[in-house]
Amino acid sequence: MTSWLLLGATEGGLFDLDATLPLMAVQVVLLTLILNALFFRPVGRTVEEREGYITTSRADAKQKLAQVQRLQADLKEQLKDARKAAQALILEAEQESDELYREALAVATASANAAREASRRELDIQRDGALGQIQADAKTLGDLIVDRLLAAQ
Amino acid sequence: MFPTRRLSDTAPLSQMLPLPLALPLAELEVGQHLYWQLGNLKIHGQVFLSSWVVIGALLALVIAGTRKLERDPRGVQNLLEFLWDYIRDLAREQIGEKAYRDWLPFIGTLFLFIFVSNWGGALVPWKLISLPHGELGAPTADINTTIALALLVSLAYFYAGLSRKGFRYFEYYVEPTPIMVPFKIVEDFTKPLSLSFRLFGNILADELVVAVLAFLVPLVVPLPAMLLGLFTSAIQALIFATLAAYYIGEAVHESHH
Repeated sequence: MTSWLLLGATEGGLFDLDATLPLMAVQVVLLTLILNALFFRPVGRTVEEREGYITTSRADAKQKLAQVQRLQADLKEQLKDARKAAQALILEAEQESDELYREALAVATASANAAREASRRELDIQRDGALGQIQADAKTLGDLIVDRLLAAQ
Repeated sequence: MFPTRRLSDTAPLSQMLPLPLALPLAELEVGQHLYWQLGNLKIHGQVFLSSWVVIGALLALVIAGTRKLERDPRGVQNLLEFLWDYIRDLAREQIGEKAYRDWLPFIGTLFLFIFVSNWGGALVPWKLISLPHGELGAPTADINTTIALALLVSLAYFYAGLSRKGFRYFEYYVEPTPIMVPFKIVEDFTKPLSLSFRLFGNILADELVVAVLAFLVPLVVPLPAMLLGLFTSAIQALIFATLAAYYIGEAVHESHH
């Protein structure tokens, strides 16, 4: 066997180069091909598919989140509007009922005043009437007393 | 006899050291190989045997984990996806976003093969299987394996550069100035040399340290060295894969004028 390093033509030794070298190289190349087919390609495909899946799901989720946020903002806006409208409505109704109350109160007060006024006037008339009657009666009686007294003298 | 027998590939260590008690627990054999004859070629059988165990383990893991791939990973699929992610990050960081996909399987195979080889060499009790010659161990502790891997890396980065940039690839040799040409040419030789010898040296040294310690003190004492060995093994796999990816990245890199 030709061993062509340093150590002379001998069998054995640490630096004994022979057909092991090319055969080992062929073996390693074959191993590379086999591992490529059995390991690197399928595992790489799996890992990259998963990476793709994660990326798309992330993008999807992000999009959905953005949509949700938009909807939320929308709803918030709507809620605010509704609240404002309700507030305005309540205010209006309050004002309206207030107005109605005032009106009713005014009407009632007026009618009460009128009734009072009328009854007072009637009272005055009756009182005046009665006073006049009493005076007339008193005069008549006075005259009568005077007549009687004078007649008896 | 001298030129044919050396310190490294001669008798077991027990015969070299004048120890009073030759423990049968561990013996050291360095540079001995189980030769298989293939036509008129000789190959190191123990390297192939252990590399088949490594490849078998890898394939078993991969097949078990990818039998039913799901979007919600379960069981072994988690481990495989972790590995895939790790290798992808490594390749993407060194090669760049544009070209890393083409080289991911190569870098990943280098990493996994070297890692499982190194750890297999450290963790599997190979000593229980005795061969007629040589001994089983990490395939990466054999210079043939590491040179094969390093040359594949060299081919890979040349191919990467040429296929992506055509002959513009050679602009890389004159950047930033033409003075760099000789250095860059030397680099093409030092890259595979350093890659292969770094891996080979580290793994072999680790196995030797553990073996020597286990030979001298069979209990407890080798454990820290073994743990350090596991760490080194993992680091070496990472270094090899990272450097391979870096060289490829350097070759496909588009410099902006």
